[in-house]
Amino acid sequence: MNQQQRLAEICAAHAGREGPLLPILHDVQHAFGCVDAEAEAQIAGALNLSRAEVHGVVSFYPDFTPEADPRPVVQLCRAEACKARGVEALVDAGDAAAGERVRISAVYCLGLCSAGPAARIGDTLHARLDEAALVALVKSI
Amino acid sequence: MSVVRISDDALALACGADAVAAEFTAAGCTVERTSSWGMQWLEPLVEIDGIGWGPVTVADVAAILKPLPFGGGVGVGASDQAQHPSDNPHPLTPSPEVEGGKCIGPITDHPFIARQQRLTFARAGRTRPLSLDDYAATGGWAGLNRARSLEPEGVIAEVTQSGLRGRGGAGFPAGIKWETVRKASGPTKYIVCNADEGDSATFADRMLMEGDPFQLIEGMAIAAHAVGAQQGYIYIRSEYPHAIAKLNAALALAESRIAPFRIEVRVGAGAYVCGEETSLLNSLEGKRGEVRAKPPLPAIEGLFGKPTVVNNVLTLAAVPHILIEGGAAHYDSHGIARSKGTMPIQLAGNIKHGGLFETAFGISLKELIEDIGGGTASGRPVKAVQVGGPLGAYLAPHQFDIAFEYEA
Repeated sequence: MNQQQRLAEICAAHAGREGPLLPILHDVQHAFGCVDAEAEAQIAGALNLSRAEVHGVVSFYPDFTPEADPRPVVQLCRAEACKARGVEALVDAGDAAAGERVRISAVYCLGLCSAGPAARIGDTLHARLDEAALVALVKSI
Repeated sequence: MSVVRISDDALALACGADAVAAEFTAAGCTVERTSSWGMQWLEPLVEIDGIGWGPVTVADVAAILKPLPFGGGVGVGASDQAQHPSDNPHPLTPSPEVEGGKCIGPITDHPFIARQQRLTFARAGRTRPLSLDDYAATGGWAGLNRARSLEPEGVIAEVTQSGLRGRGGAGFPAGIKWETVRKASGPTKYIVCNADEGDSATFADRMLMEGDPFQLIEGMAIAAHAVGAQQGYIYIRSEYPHAIAKLNAALALAESRIAPFRIEVRVGAGAYVCGEETSLLNSLEGKRGEVRAKPPLPAIEGLFGKPTVVNNVLTLAAVPHILIEGGAAHYDSHGIARSKGTMPIQLAGNIKHGGLFETAFGISLKELIEDIGGGTASGRPVKAVQVGGPLGAYLAPHQFDIAFEYEA
């Protein structure tokens, strides 16, 4: 199935819902790793919106990206509670272990605030990280 | 063989609960996955016959299961307590050196639990989150059944009488909001649950959704009956994958119970601002999550321009308890002045005993931080505490006599 067919399928799956745009964008991001200009145009057509309207929504939300990034991602929490528990001291070692191979992105709160520093890889969560644990995590993916 | 109970809350999972559970299963134990007691510094917390161990690692499992050094009984399997010497009040409590100091004795006797007044989190640690049997056996659906036997006006009168105010931060009286939506004209109305818990150091919404999802669903169904709504949405941030999965599973199980009312989970997309109610509504509609001007209030023109109740997770989850017989008066009997009922307080950051502590409004910060929280995790003196999340105030130790309430 090509991208166009898959997109049509995703749009059709959400056809009966109220306010279907965000659920569609989540599915597209999940399926292709991004929501690119082509996808925006096709979604706009399916929902009878302008391309500008769809692009405005896509560009507003950090979860939707215009280009796919094939690297594995470690989301490291940099919010206040994790800072109070020392996450900033781990960042350099994490970046060094990641190099060009792994992407370390900041996330602002995973709700694990008494057990930080915390990180997320996919739907798997990690807490009580120290430098060694973060480096091991980065190397493991 | 006794049942081994281990939480499947996201924080317990992040601290290795699945591996510990697998080790007990491999040892031949029956493992039940429950909600979390909220003693997060002890996660993964293992509970066997009411006795707790924590934080447990895979390496501790054999020691927890091995025969005890006193009394001649075996560890977990011992059910006949009469065979133990009477001077051992808890025959299942091993000596600290056996477990490396990880046994905390009976969980409900632990000061962190015993000092709480749990209404919203009454099931925390006690039930399996997706078990309809556990939910019904602990008073589940009693509030909805009673609410549906009342007129909508009667339901709203009880919510108003309870003194319940919005738990999202602004503290608007829930009963007044609901009454505005009930009186608004038009056949289509919505219940929207704001589960976009984005502020760092807040996790009570997450724990409630993961640990007791049916209670939130029941609260929304009561609100729907009170205002005449047909459709509900729970807007959960994408940073909470476990809460999303639990609520979707719970909604599938509870569909017939709340019918004809319907609820759908919608997932946020990383925008912090969507925790503000009007940008949340825009996001639900499929728009950029930009803040709307008020008025019009969402209660008059909310989702898709229709009258809409927007309430926080903890506000809606408090409703089933209020709607049981005598529940409103019981709720009102807790707390002080204009801050009624209980508040699930989240202790986090550099604190020794972090977790969820539900108590009546009016407790002092000193008591919360020093007696219950145990001071800092790093052992250094407390310099300042931020109350109310990242947008709240920083308070210094000389201000710790302030009581926890909306107006403080």
